[in-house]
Formats: sequence, structure tokens, C-alpha cells
Amino acid sequence: MTPLSGQVATHLKQRARWTPLEIAFWVFAFATIWLFPGKYLIMKDTAILALFALSLDLILGYAGIISLGQAAFFGLAGYFAGLVAKYGFVTEPVVALVLAGLLAAALGFVTSFLVLRGSDLTRLMVTLGVSLMLGEVANRYSNITGGADGLQGVDIEPIFGRFRFDLYGHNGYVYCLIVLFVCFVIARRIVCSPFGLSLRAIKGNGLRAAAVGIPVKWRLVAIYTVSAGFAGIAGALLTQTTAFCSLDVFSLERSADLLLVLIIGGTGYLYGGLIGAVIYKFLQDWISSLTPQYWQFWIGLVLVVIVLVGRERVEGWTRTVRLSLTRLGARLTTRPAALGGATSDGA
Amino acid sequence: MLTILFDGVAYGMLLFVLACGLSVTLGLMNFINLAHGAFAMAGGYCTVILVNRLGVPFALGLPIAFLVTAIIGGFLERTLYVHVYAKSHLDQVLFTIGLVFMAVAATDYVMGSSQQFVQIPDALQGQFNVLGIGMGKYRLLIIVVCGLLTVALQLMLAKTRFGSRLRAAVDDARVARGLGINVGAVFGITFAFGSGLAGLGGALGAEILGLDPTFPLKYMIYFLIVVTVGGTSSITGPFLASILLGIGDVAGKYYVPKLGAFVIYAIMIVVLLVRPQGLFARSTAR
Repeated sequence: MTPLSGQVATHLKQRARWTPLEIAFWVFAFATIWLFPGKYLIMKDTAILALFALSLDLILGYAGIISLGQAAFFGLAGYFAGLVAKYGFVTEPVVALVLAGLLAAALGFVTSFLVLRGSDLTRLMVTLGVSLMLGEVANRYSNITGGADGLQGVDIEPIFGRFRFDLYGHNGYVYCLIVLFVCFVIARRIVCSPFGLSLRAIKGNGLRAAAVGIPVKWRLVAIYTVSAGFAGIAGALLTQTTAFCSLDVFSLERSADLLLVLIIGGTGYLYGGLIGAVIYKFLQDWISSLTPQYWQFWIGLVLVVIVLVGRERVEGWTRTVRLSLTRLGARLTTRPAALGGATSDGA
Repeated sequence: MLTILFDGVAYGMLLFVLACGLSVTLGLMNFINLAHGAFAMAGGYCTVILVNRLGVPFALGLPIAFLVTAIIGGFLERTLYVHVYAKSHLDQVLFTIGLVFMAVAATDYVMGSSQQFVQIPDALQGQFNVLGIGMGKYRLLIIVVCGLLTVALQLMLAKTRFGSRLRAAVDDARVARGLGINVGAVFGITFAFGSGLAGLGGALGAEILGLDPTFPLKYMIYFLIVVTVGGTSSITGPFLASILLGIGDVAGKYYVPKLGAFVIYAIMIVVLLVRPQGLFARSTAR
């Protein structure tokens, strides 16, 4: 190994190390199972939204692709999960989940070639067009999908044949949280790898990235496919935990809300989608308890204000909080060593 | 068959009037305005209030709808939109989607969520029969009004001083600024005018397209199709695109009703694959 590649390897390893703060985040996330037993349903929705936002962050935050069509993958996998359970092709939820993710990833692979052409506006139109087309198809074959009434009569078998989806959503929440964690670990592994670095280079300047020898097109195809798979898993989770799937999984509002979630949390550091999902769900719950019918107005206002104030500034506050927290985390990791040294000296 | 063609042309003309403001703003400032449909909705509701509640004649209601939405558009452009031009496309999309959400909820709050109908004078209802083709009088009116508007727009762009300034600004805003053209003012006026046209289209189209608070979301994709397929460098591109779209949509809904708008989306994606810059874009090296 040459010295340079050794340096690069150590640098990458350092970046990929889990900080205590991250560990605390996930410990808290799993602690919510016992901390808030009455809130399983909304926490489950939050976990699914977080996974969905994570999928968008992979392409928007790391590769810089604006998309209004993540709902296509979400919806396709959602219907797939519902249909295989209803007609009994695949009864084991985890297997169905993986298959749904693969199916969505396949769609992502195929459509990625359409998305890579043209400007931002063309991308917006094509991604949006794909999800709307799928919505029309689902509406057209209403004898299979249930059309506007939604897919009913879905009966999800217990997970691994043991854990039944109960009425209070306990098992459903634990299931979603575990899936979210697994997907997060995979996404984290991806963005911390050399592959992830090359994506950042492409986002920074595609032309220069190509000039230093990064295969821009194939990298983008790959990340778009992975992101589609994650979005599909989120959609399948929603169908499995609610035992229902309706046409609004393809709607524009779903993709637009998703952008908002990611913008609230900040893009490009993976936790943005997770934190954004928590804040968004909390906001939505709070506002819709104040004005049940017109909460969309306030969501719109939040979007407008965020843009006018400046997204950088909104992300800025999360960045300062993040920086100070990581500094705190770094101090926490160094302190035990110092303490250990002090005690050995004393002895 | 010919009736479908006729209805399609009427529909396409309507779409053109609705969307041409969007195509100019997009071409001029490279600004993605997803809230364009909200102005159309404002025009529609304005006519509903004027004609149904205040008893203003329909023929007078249309120009008032145009003026009101133009004023709203100009006002919003000066107060809100100017801050967003320099931002990234992502910001523009977020901002305008936020505006759409607000417009939808606010309209729902003020006017209720049910569908609204404009009372059309009796003289405009019913059909002509020319050579066995049934032609709705109202649709004929739409074709005439929109056709006149298109000719007027084309003349204005090609013959007047303002038109040539606008074209110069669209072609290259920096050079135009260097020549002493106040691009910001040109843009403000164009934005207001485009919003007014959208409002007029919304007022005319309330009968055909249906008017309820979700209008901006429902038709946003149609306007964007017109703009992306037609290209933004001229008004003939969007015009042909909207006629094609109108005929395609009406024919698609008539022959394969269950597939709905699938045909349209498929056509759009294919066109964008073959010509990412739009079907009728000039091949400028920019």
C-alpha cells in the first residue's frame, strides 16, 4: 500500500467512525419503545417518513438530483407488498419487504436513465411524470388495486411467524424502527465509502468529477437505484403496518412533503431526514389539532418562510448545533482516557 | 371524430392562454414557478364572485378577472418573488409549492371546498351544427378569444419595442442589461401580464376544467408539460405544444377513458427523452 492510499484509508476510517452522539441518538430512538407506549402509531409513521426522507437525502443531499417523484417507488412497493400479502404469494413480511425494495430498485434503475438527461426542470417533470403515470395505472386496473377505494382486505401474517401486528402498533413500531436502523447503517456505509466521496465530488462539480476519472453517469445510476430501493422499503412498511394501500401513495403532495421534511432537517448528513421527520410529524400533529382542515396552509407558510429566510441559514442552525455536539462528543471520548491516565498516576 | 378535434383545439387554446405566462417567466428568469396555477384559480374565483354573486355581466367579468390577477401577480412579484430569483432551483420549487399549499388552503377556507360554476349567459349555451359537426357555442367563443389573444401576443412580441426588449432579455439577460434594458422591470411587467392571462384562462376555463380549491395542483402538471415540451424560447412552441396536448388529452379520454391522463404523461416523457430542451426549441448553444 502506498503512503497516499494509506492516508486516504485512515481518513475514510476516521470519517466512518460512529461518534458517541450518534450512538446516543439510536439508544434514545430504541428507548422510545418503552418511553412513550401510548404513541406507537404516530411514532411508527415518523419512522416510515424518516426512512423515506433518508432515501431522498441520498440523491438530493449527496448527488444533487432534485426529484418530485420518490412517491413512484414508495407507491409501487406499497402496492406490491399489499398485493402479495392479499393473494398469498409471499406471506412472510420480511421477505415481502426485501422483494418490494428490490422491485422499487429495479424501477429506479430503469427510470434513472430518464432522469439523468436534461436540466433540473426536465428532471422534475420526468420524475413527477413517472409517479403520476403509475398512479394512473393503479387507477386503471382498479379490479386488482381497488382503484380509488384503496387496496382492502390485506391480511399481513406475523413477522417470522411469531410477532403479530397488534392493534396498539407495538410490534409494528419495533419492526419499522429495526428496518429504519438497518437501512440507515447501509446508507451510512455507502456515503462514508469512497463511492460516497465520489458522489459529493459529482454534486460539487460534475464536469471536474468526470475529469478526475469518476464515471459520473454510472455513479448517479447506482445511487438513484439504491435510493429507489429505500423509498420502496418505506412504502412497503406503510402497507404492511396499516394493512391498507390507497392511490394517494403516488400523489404529488407526498413527494412535496418529503422535500419539506428534508429541508427542515437539513440535507447531506443522513440525520437530516430523521430529525426532519420527527419535527414535521410533531408540527403536523400540533397544527392539525389546532385547525384540522387547513393545516396545509401553515405547512405552505413554513416552506415559504424557510426559502425567504434562506435555507442555508435554517440549515446553519442545525450545523452549529451539530458542530457543538460533535465537539462535546469528542471531549467525552477523550476524557475517559485522561481520567484513566490520572488515576494510574495517582496509584 | 371532428368534434373531438374541435374540443381538443378549444382545450388546447385554453391551456395555451393559461400557460404562456409561465413559459415566458421560465425562459426569461430561469425561474420554476409551480404556483402559476394559483393565479388561474384566482381569476376563476374572481369571475365566480363577480358574475354569480354581484351580477356583473359575463363579458365584463372576464377583463376584470384579468386585471385583478395581473395586479395580484405584479404585487407578489415585487414583494416575494424578487427575493427568490437568484436562489437555486430547489429553493424555487420549495417556495412555489409552499405558495400553492397556502393558496389551496386559503381558498378552501374562504370559498369552501365544493366545485364552483360560473353562470354563463344563455346566448353562449347550446351547439351549432356545421356540416354535421357539433360545435359548442362556448367552446367556439374560447377558440375565438384565445386565437385573438395569441395573434395579439405574437404581434406584440414581434412588432413593439417592449416585445423586442423582452426577446432580447430572454435570449441573453446579461447582454440585454449591458445594453441598458431594465430586465427587472421587463420581467415584472411580463410576470403581471402572464398572471393576468392565467387569470383570464382560469375564468374562461372554469366551465370546462372545473374549479375547486385543488385546481393549482391538478393542472400544474399540464402547464409544466406545455412549457417543457414546447420549449421556452418562443411562443409558437408552447402554442403548438398546448394544441397537441389538448387534442391528445381529449382524444385519449374519449377513446381510452380508463387510462385517463396516462397517454399524456407517456408522450411527455418520450418527448423529453428525445428532445430534453423541448420539442420546438431552437438549437442555441447556451
